[in-house]
Amino acid sequence: MDVQLKVRRQNPEAEGEPYWKEYALAVPDHFTLLDALIQVREEVDETLSLRCSCRSHICGSCSMRVNGHANLACKTKLSDLHTDTVTVEPMGNMPVIKDLVVDLEPFWKKLYSIDPYLQPAGEVPDREYVVPADSMLHLDGVVNCIMCGACVSDCESLSVNPIFIGPTAFAKEYRFVMDPRDAADTQRLMQMNGPGGVWDCTHCYQCVEVCPKDVAPMERIMAMRKMLVDDGVAEKHNGARRQKAFTDIVGRYGRLDETRYLMKSVTMLELAGYAKVGLRSMTHGKLPPLLPHRIPDAARIRRIFERTRSTHRRRFKLHQQAQEGSRV
Amino acid sequence: MTTYAFYPGCVAKGGAPELYQSMVAVGEKLGFSLSELTGAACTGAGVISERDPLAGDVVNTRTFAMAEQLGHPIMTICSTCTGVMAQVASRVNRDEAYRSEVNQYLTDEGLEYQGTTEVKHLLWVLVEDYGLDRLKEMVVRPLTGVRLAPFYGCYIVRPSSAVDPLTAGREGYLEQVIATLGADPVEEYRGKDKCCGFPLLETNKKSSLALTGKRLDEARDVSADALVTPCPLCHLNLDGQQPDTPSATSTAPMPILHLPQAIGLAIGIAPERLGLGRHIIDTKGFMGKLAVAG
Repeated sequence: MDVQLKVRRQNPEAEGEPYWKEYALAVPDHFTLLDALIQVREEVDETLSLRCSCRSHICGSCSMRVNGHANLACKTKLSDLHTDTVTVEPMGNMPVIKDLVVDLEPFWKKLYSIDPYLQPAGEVPDREYVVPADSMLHLDGVVNCIMCGACVSDCESLSVNPIFIGPTAFAKEYRFVMDPRDAADTQRLMQMNGPGGVWDCTHCYQCVEVCPKDVAPMERIMAMRKMLVDDGVAEKHNGARRQKAFTDIVGRYGRLDETRYLMKSVTMLELAGYAKVGLRSMTHGKLPPLLPHRIPDAARIRRIFERTRSTHRRRFKLHQQAQEGSRV
Repeated sequence: MTTYAFYPGCVAKGGAPELYQSMVAVGEKLGFSLSELTGAACTGAGVISERDPLAGDVVNTRTFAMAEQLGHPIMTICSTCTGVMAQVASRVNRDEAYRSEVNQYLTDEGLEYQGTTEVKHLLWVLVEDYGLDRLKEMVVRPLTGVRLAPFYGCYIVRPSSAVDPLTAGREGYLEQVIATLGADPVEEYRGKDKCCGFPLLETNKKSSLALTGKRLDEARDVSADALVTPCPLCHLNLDGQQPDTPSATSTAPMPILHLPQAIGLAIGIAPERLGLGRHIIDTKGFMGKLAVAG
């Protein structure tokens, strides 16, 4: 098959501005993007820089943006792309070293910031830790992360908020918060409630979409938001306020009433900042009705919330169980 | 034509009343048969499921069961509602055991969902059910000469495991509709499937407005005359918060149209019936461009 690769090149060391270079290739149908880029480097243009190693989507070295979205070049089969020209760019949210090679230092720093190792409490058992099987099921999927950086590359929040800890680190954090052997969950939750924490995620699903290993970082972030509220850590955070406001209002009226929602979701001081937005809305005939819409039988919605809440179970932790003096 | 169980969503009935108003006007003119689901609750917009995933699934399954009783597919006019419903449907439609668990919470209302309700956004209905050829025949005032950039909203395109735009062939629908209306659908607009910043508004307003501003700047970079969105939550930020975005004072305002408004203009509905005067960012300049071009 014929393929046109449009590659974003750059050499910042030589103070070079980014530019596009196109390569026309004839390749076998089974070729991946990585196969094609290696062919370019070996046969067409030896100055093209890229990272790669295993060629089997295990090592996570060859992440780059393919037609605008991050993916592993070795996992991208050219015939699956259905485009005549394939645009190839370095990952986003990271400085470019050269061409498709980015500086991963900021990525690793964020990961280290969450203490990505098991922190058990008490004495190390003679043999293995024994935990119920279902307490480990939550970790299925999240332990598949290969640190390729694709989620961080396409993270929308990170693109405007450099202190956001980001999807890879939070997926890893979840892995330890949910591990029955880890006893540092309180400190972990406190950290993720702070600046750059889980409330800074914009819920856009980019990380879920681009992850080549189905780690679903955003889903883990949402699960940790719930833990923050359940554990009372986020009580004074707007994140907790908005969760409560939303469910209270929908539980009462069946529908969301934006004015009440905003009033209950932000601090009084912040609310004052919204006065001009309210005024703007009013003068443009956009202010939501003062008396909210209520669906017939709205009480049924509240009843659903009450009943589902009674099924909630707390995460299983060995150190808490030890404190309670019971045995597995 | 098929009758749809119409689910307008909270924002079309609240902070973006012009969306509901324009949908009703467009529906009448195109001959849509809409039966509004007045008893259905909010989808939760991702926040209810953040607080309580099971509650989110039950509330949406309740809506599916109501539509199923009526025997109609659901039509939404909100990307967020569509995405949340698609995610819930991907769980309760495929997994019978889980559906039974969810149905337990609905028995006291006499509802039991069988897993058959289809959820479709107006955008999908237009292309797949109504047909672009038919829509083209209805165009009396083509939007020739203006550049209308598409702004999908995250939830109607992601996660593809639930909404699957690629395998269902739904990628590019908004561009196709814009082109059918006679306008140039600014294919090179990079912000089309990115985040408007709305979900961050209460927890990190600075980042929220920065994202909104970024999307608007990207539209200015490709000389769009306006954006068209199938998501009223995106509209709340792109239009409602636009005056507070970082580059607002140094750049030209960017009008934001709801999808039914763009259609309404092309099929000859008066701008005031489409609520075009109810935007924070004035649409008069855009209407002027249309008049000159037309």
